Amino acid sequence: MKSDRPSHTHPLLFSGADWDFDTIRRIYETVEQAARDELGLDTYPNQIEVITTEQMLDAYSSTGMPQLYKHWSFGKQFAHHELVYRKGMRGLAYELVINSNPCISYVMEENTAMMQTLVIAHAAFGHNHFFKNNYLFRQWTDAEGIRDYLEFAKGYVAACEERYGQAAVEQLIDAAHSLMNQGVHRYPRRQRLDLKAEEQREAERHAYQERLYNDLWRTVPTGTQQASRQSEDRRRALLELPEENILYFLEKTAPKLAPWQREILRIVRHVAQYFYPQSQTKVMNEGCATYCHYRIMTRLHKQGSINDGAFLEFLQSHTNVVAQPTFDTPYYNGINPYALGFAMMEDIARICNDPSDEDREWFPDIAGKGDADNVLKHIWANYRDESFIAQFLSPRLIREWRIFHVADDASKNALEIAAIHDERGYRRIRRALARQYDIAWQQADIQVVDVDLAGDRHLILQHEVINGILLTEGDTTQVLQNLASLWGYNVILREVDPATGKVLKEHVARATPAIAA
Amino acid sequence: MYIIDRRLNPGGKSFANRQRFLRRAKALVQRAVRDNFKSRSIKDLDQGGEIGIMRQGVHEPTLRRASSGGQRDHVLPGNKEYLEGDTIPRPNGGGGGSGSQPGQGGDGEDEFRFVLTKEEYLDLFLDDLELPDLAKRRLMDTEAKEIQRAGYSTTGSPASLAIARTMRLSLARRLALRRPSAAEILKLDSEIERLEREGASETELVVLREERERLMRRNRRISYIDPIDLRYRRYEANPKPVAQAVMFCLMDVSGSMSEHMKDLAKRFFALLHLFLTRCYNHVDIVFIRHTDRAEEVDEQTFFYSTETGGTIVSTALEEMLIIMRQRYNPADWNIYVAQASDGDNMGSDSAKAAGLLHDQILPACQYFAYLEVGREEDPMPTGTAPRPSDLWRTYETIAMPEGHFVMRKVWHRREIYPVFRELFRRRGTNVRGGAA
Repeated sequence: MKSDRPSHTHPLLFSGADWDFDTIRRIYETVEQAARDELGLDTYPNQIEVITTEQMLDAYSSTGMPQLYKHWSFGKQFAHHELVYRKGMRGLAYELVINSNPCISYVMEENTAMMQTLVIAHAAFGHNHFFKNNYLFRQWTDAEGIRDYLEFAKGYVAACEERYGQAAVEQLIDAAHSLMNQGVHRYPRRQRLDLKAEEQREAERHAYQERLYNDLWRTVPTGTQQASRQSEDRRRALLELPEENILYFLEKTAPKLAPWQREILRIVRHVAQYFYPQSQTKVMNEGCATYCHYRIMTRLHKQGSINDGAFLEFLQSHTNVVAQPTFDTPYYNGINPYALGFAMMEDIARICNDPSDEDREWFPDIAGKGDADNVLKHIWANYRDESFIAQFLSPRLIREWRIFHVADDASKNALEIAAIHDERGYRRIRRALARQYDIAWQQADIQVVDVDLAGDRHLILQHEVINGILLTEGDTTQVLQNLASLWGYNVILREVDPATGKVLKEHVARATPAIAA
Repeated sequence: MYIIDRRLNPGGKSFANRQRFLRRAKALVQRAVRDNFKSRSIKDLDQGGEIGIMRQGVHEPTLRRASSGGQRDHVLPGNKEYLEGDTIPRPNGGGGGSGSQPGQGGDGEDEFRFVLTKEEYLDLFLDDLELPDLAKRRLMDTEAKEIQRAGYSTTGSPASLAIARTMRLSLARRLALRRPSAAEILKLDSEIERLEREGASETELVVLREERERLMRRNRRISYIDPIDLRYRRYEANPKPVAQAVMFCLMDVSGSMSEHMKDLAKRFFALLHLFLTRCYNHVDIVFIRHTDRAEEVDEQTFFYSTETGGTIVSTALEEMLIIMRQRYNPADWNIYVAQASDGDNMGSDSAKAAGLLHDQILPACQYFAYLEVGREEDPMPTGTAPRPSDLWRTYETIAMPEGHFVMRKVWHRREIYPVFRELFRRRGTNVRGGAA
């Protein structure tokens, strides 16, 4: 702790653990002021909602969304979360925050007053700032429209269940969920989503189709189309192949799907897309929120808004959050995004304010520049985990954490230490760690490459195998079966070595009339 | 900024999803529940509990890369001794050792565990069982009406006038319309009287008399109790299905019944009771124990006190018939009887017991289960068929193949539930005689 004594310019916000709505209002106002003065955060308006444990479990299980369509897998999540929570194996997250405008933060009723302060600082300001400013969220999510869209999605799915039966809808959603990871556009090609307009457009599409509906068209002879045999390239171009977003491809081109089935695929795809930025910014997002709450809480203590007891309670909980066990402890469970994010943010602030020669050499742009807050804000806005680590993981932090890199080649008997925290290793470790956060390396690269339009219409997919890592056998078979039932015809997935073009493995799924219109 | 209190919002948003999940995993959960039952004691039979099912059944597949094979990189914190170029033996299984591969954690777990509530547990546990003959008695049930208070109405019979409520309204109305009170008029009267006595001037009296006249007029116009004040108690008749059952537990507690046998009996009774409570709103239990005489006792005595003496089964049957006549008219009650015994009976009593059972008890009750409990070391070495007991042979003469009298023999704890299931297995195409 700093040696300068608190100046006590502010009244104490609370003493003891109890809080009421008045306390929360005062806490919010003080935190808001601290966030503005200390860090100059730029946030969406906030909405704080007080909920019970059970409601937190509820929210947790529908992937944290305030409302989502009904499906058994959310029930499964709930059942599991509940068990884990009841056993005390894991506390509930103290907070849940939703990327929407206004930004909604849930706080639990059994939190202490200090926890409520921490949650507000962490979620309502840290995360909120990140959501509003990070380029991925700006590009891919529509904070204004998400709640309306989810409401629409929920209603639409429920209406479909009523019309077509719960089993049919469930089966469709099962299939769509299994392809959810292949349901995002990874590179922007259209303007960002406006989900409210989406909902509008669906309604218009529907109305338009109803207006145009004329049963007579059914009887018009379609004629044989074999005459126009297109060249392979032209066909692919027309289908916009290759296409990595399989759900999108199905929605647009699967021949046998009914309009409502396409709409549900679209809903699942939109939800997947909404969460896409979150999965790429875990370290940064948590790092940003943790760094912000640390700064804000420290300031609150300094200015006398919270007493020493509350600050110690905060420090304890903060320390737990940013703890990073080493790889050889029994409870090691990968790198903790809170820990890594927070350590890197602190490190960047240090480099800006108090750099060593090494830092000057590694980070000529920011070392000694001062103005750490603006540097950080720039970083929060313009990076994602992979690029952030590739750019800002410093040798000093690598040494502090004693990070090392193990190469694991299945064709060899032993693992090899490829790099450790020394001169030769810094860059390699940084590259290897960044790669662990690179979606392109983490998720299999699977694309729709062709459709046999002239023949039996089978769909051809390709998995570009990286480093000889194939897909898991059992799951792939099941997912392909789902895909075949959506597509309506056979599906072939080839796992290809990109270097040689050799097919390493081929999976085939036959279409079954499982998903009927 | 808004602060919103959502705590009063209905919770259980996930309830529908949870139901869907259980429906989906039903077969798996059901098997798990049955396995789980084996390790439970009677006391917490009807508690919810933690259940593990195979992950495979509720697995949600995705396209992902395998957790082994190929070339992989692990970046780990906390190096202590390794130098670049060192080799270390692969941790067994070839996987990521201590979970060093993020996003592939789910691989090793083959069970999915969660907690079932009491209701869910019992639902799944007893799901495909049904009470024999439940449907038949149901159809015969005449519905009793139950009278319930349902607020107030402005019309009704004089007998149901709600006086307090009426007076309250009348008082409110009188106050609101400023009806002069009797005291006020009385005061004015006495004032006039006083002035008359003292011979006050006529003009003064006129004013007072007019005032009195005005008050009286007002009094007449605004009645003390007006028809609009009247309130009557309203009653509604709610149809109330007769859904009550009584369960008679008869047990032989003579010297020949060992603790083991009593334990078997108890398990059977407990299951039957649990099952009945699922099917009826209200279940009474009557415990009758007997040696060479029978008595009705409470549960504690029934299971735990020891008694010695001979065995005369008909005493228990007689006792049961007496209680039935006194308290449980077969027209109003669904009657279930479970009898447990080691099969001993005084030779001379058998004919009487059979007669009582056949002529009086079976016609009155829904179901009679006779459970013969054997010693743990029974049955005899393979090859020697155990000799049927006296009671068994007696009862065999009454048992009908499809009747509502059944008898089973049980030696070991583990046989109780299968026997129970066999007895209450849903038969034929009957619709489920679910809870009332």
